[in-house]
Amino acid sequence: MKNFLKYREIWLLAGIVVLIGLISTRFPGFADPANLRQVFNDTSILMILALGQMVVILTRSIDLSMASNLCFTGMVVAMLNAAHPAIPIPVLIVIALAVGLVLGAINGFLVWRLNIPSIVVTLGTLTIYRGATFVVSGGAWVNADQMSPDFINFQRAAFLGLPVLSWIAIIVIALFFLVMTRTALGRSIYAIGVNPTASVYAGIDVGRTKFIVFCISGMIGGLAGYLWISRYVIASVEVANGYELNIIAACVIGGISIAGGIGSVGGAVLGALFLGIISNALPVINISPFWQMAISGSAIILAVVLNARGERRQGRIILRKAEAA
Amino acid sequence: MIGLDTTMDTTAHDGTIKERPPTPTPRLTLSGISKSFPGVRALHNVSLSLYPGQVTALIGENGAGKSTLVKIMTGIYQPDCGEIGIDGQATALPSAHAAFGHGITAIHQETVLFDDLSVAENIFLGHAPRTRFGTIDWRTMRNNAREVLETMRAGHIDADARLKDLGIANKHLVAVARAMSIDARIVIMDEPTAALSMKEIEELFLLIEFLKSDGKAVLFISHKFDEIYRIADRYTVFRDGEMVGEGLLKDTGQNEIVRMMVGRNVDHIFPQREPKIGAPVLSVSGLSHPTEFDDIGFELRKGEILGFYGLVGAGRSEVMQAIAGITRTSRGAISLDGKTIAPKSAADSIEAGIVYVPEERGKQGVVIGLPIFQNVSLPSLARTSKSGMLKLAEEFSLARSYTERLDLRASSLSQDVGTLSGGNQQKVVIAKWLATTPKVIILDEPTKGIDIGSKAAVHGFMAELVAQGLSVIMVSSELPEILGMSDRVVVMREGRIAATYDNKGLDAETLVRTAAGIAA
Repeated sequence: MKNFLKYREIWLLAGIVVLIGLISTRFPGFADPANLRQVFNDTSILMILALGQMVVILTRSIDLSMASNLCFTGMVVAMLNAAHPAIPIPVLIVIALAVGLVLGAINGFLVWRLNIPSIVVTLGTLTIYRGATFVVSGGAWVNADQMSPDFINFQRAAFLGLPVLSWIAIIVIALFFLVMTRTALGRSIYAIGVNPTASVYAGIDVGRTKFIVFCISGMIGGLAGYLWISRYVIASVEVANGYELNIIAACVIGGISIAGGIGSVGGAVLGALFLGIISNALPVINISPFWQMAISGSAIILAVVLNARGERRQGRIILRKAEAA
Repeated sequence: MIGLDTTMDTTAHDGTIKERPPTPTPRLTLSGISKSFPGVRALHNVSLSLYPGQVTALIGENGAGKSTLVKIMTGIYQPDCGEIGIDGQATALPSAHAAFGHGITAIHQETVLFDDLSVAENIFLGHAPRTRFGTIDWRTMRNNAREVLETMRAGHIDADARLKDLGIANKHLVAVARAMSIDARIVIMDEPTAALSMKEIEELFLLIEFLKSDGKAVLFISHKFDEIYRIADRYTVFRDGEMVGEGLLKDTGQNEIVRMMVGRNVDHIFPQREPKIGAPVLSVSGLSHPTEFDDIGFELRKGEILGFYGLVGAGRSEVMQAIAGITRTSRGAISLDGKTIAPKSAADSIEAGIVYVPEERGKQGVVIGLPIFQNVSLPSLARTSKSGMLKLAEEFSLARSYTERLDLRASSLSQDVGTLSGGNQQKVVIAKWLATTPKVIILDEPTKGIDIGSKAAVHGFMAELVAQGLSVIMVSSELPEILGMSDRVVVMREGRIAATYDNKGLDAETLVRTAAGIAA
């Protein structure tokens, strides 16, 4: 299983290298380390969001409300900053995490206690959270001139050669890697995804674990809310509208199985990077945004086909062994 | 062609019965049918004949091969060898569609129909009457449906009702109506009464009488002797995938059939043990569930193997799941080492020292996709990773020590459990529960569907466990296993404890009679 996952990630990594190579033939500066760092930084928010979505998908659920959560939380911290510029940024980040957590907990609670399918719950909260953004803001925007300089510049500050935003992404990736491979929670998340019934018998509280993954995706949505608003320096009801589909696309391209139980932190990160490169590079080599959509879409289908093929091949191996036994 | 000879013997035997008309030609004959799956011989050289206007009962313990035979008759499985004849013509049933075309239809315990379609649609799905334009002729379909239901004396069923609004008995009627509408000539009923109330069973029997009078050949599979004697004309007994007897029910007593079901060659040696039985460890009293079981009370002593025998659906697994904290009870008390416990989840029971190794290995036991060592450590995670952080080295040593004790054959502990054989998967499942160091281990059908070698390993290991002072509850439907392994046997029937026996000179027939509710 591990070898198989590695195989899939290496394949994706190879795909990214080929993609960079192809783009370099048309746009020579693309493979420069400085530019690649820029691409990484540009993709940081998507990577963080994809990791939050990944833990949900692994448990056979889905969180469609992440982008609305991002929008709501972003609006809340932007308004707070506009009204009280003295609040330090780390405190604002903690507030963003907390607001996101509350929104995620609402999803998790409905899935856990009322046993409603997550796709239904989050389809509802997708609309509710965006509507709530309108309610708190009254439909008004928070513009760059209303935000404090700290609010805007925090993520842009350079630290050891990388912007803070990139460092935040690196820390989040490291934390997720730790949780998924080294904690009982991570193990439970995989077990639930692969075989929920056996997990119940093994004493894992499936409902509670699902609640926890929605809390995680909520916190990630909240964190991404601050990062997004301070990056694009505008908070409105329209922020990240429809972006939940990009997040899910990054997961799917990264080899995370929608059926649950299969997927890794490396896969989610690479899936997000793949999408990031496409959206960064294609405009500069004069390919229209419509082609970009077609290419992202094809990448999703290709990823699913390849993953399905990989699983089928594994099946054949099992049979051969079973015959030999 | 031994199978063919047997059929002819019976025919000759029938000829001697004077008050019966000569036996008609069988509608369906199966002869010399064998079917094997990797590692398991499901059917060996079996024969079966079904006669028009007669009900044949197929009798046998679980695992005797009844369902495999039904699947062969309905074209789902292909026999490895043997012949199938319909009206004396040799034929083949290469697909479910072909069987359907020959008028063979099966009605299962849980009816396989479409809940969200109407009764009429269910009856005519796949062969609905068409209008000139090729669209479905709804009016004709409804009228035909009503007609079919009327002829079956089931006119009370509304042809327009959604199927899901009907009770199980009425769903059976719809299934039969469907069979009638395709002019089915052979009707297989696989434990149709399992989920029915007494009144519904009576209605079903009226229907079977109607099918008989209509000249259908009926195969009736049931564990319940009173039903078999009530409705069937003939019987065929299977044991361990072989046909061991057939004939007319009115010539054969219940005890004779029980003897055919259980009499067997000993092909498996159970471990010799010298039980050292101590004080009660687990005691259960008055345990009840609103729908599944009532007033269950028993004691399990230190170092004891307590067998639980009963028919499928007697409520044994349900009781065990309640003790293991997976389902809730309405009343009753469980105490472990003198302390009352009230497990609310599997985690509570594991913590207290009771583990339940579920029956369905694939669905409830192994987590296919995770490596062996992660499977073994899964129920122990709460204990080995108190801080929430995994300790991989500990996990590995835990997995290694328990899989070695069970003689697991695997190339590496990082191997996906999905790549192991059924027997080895079962060893992983048992290892994972033992790793929680329980006081009481409940094994639900521990050797179901695994090969003889792995069976012996599991039995040997059970003996070792009780020798070390563990207490074991073994739910099993296999009589040799119950008799070969248990110190005492609890027999359950219809959600209640029917009797508890000391396994000294206990014989299989007593157990079967108690489980089926036949007076000695």
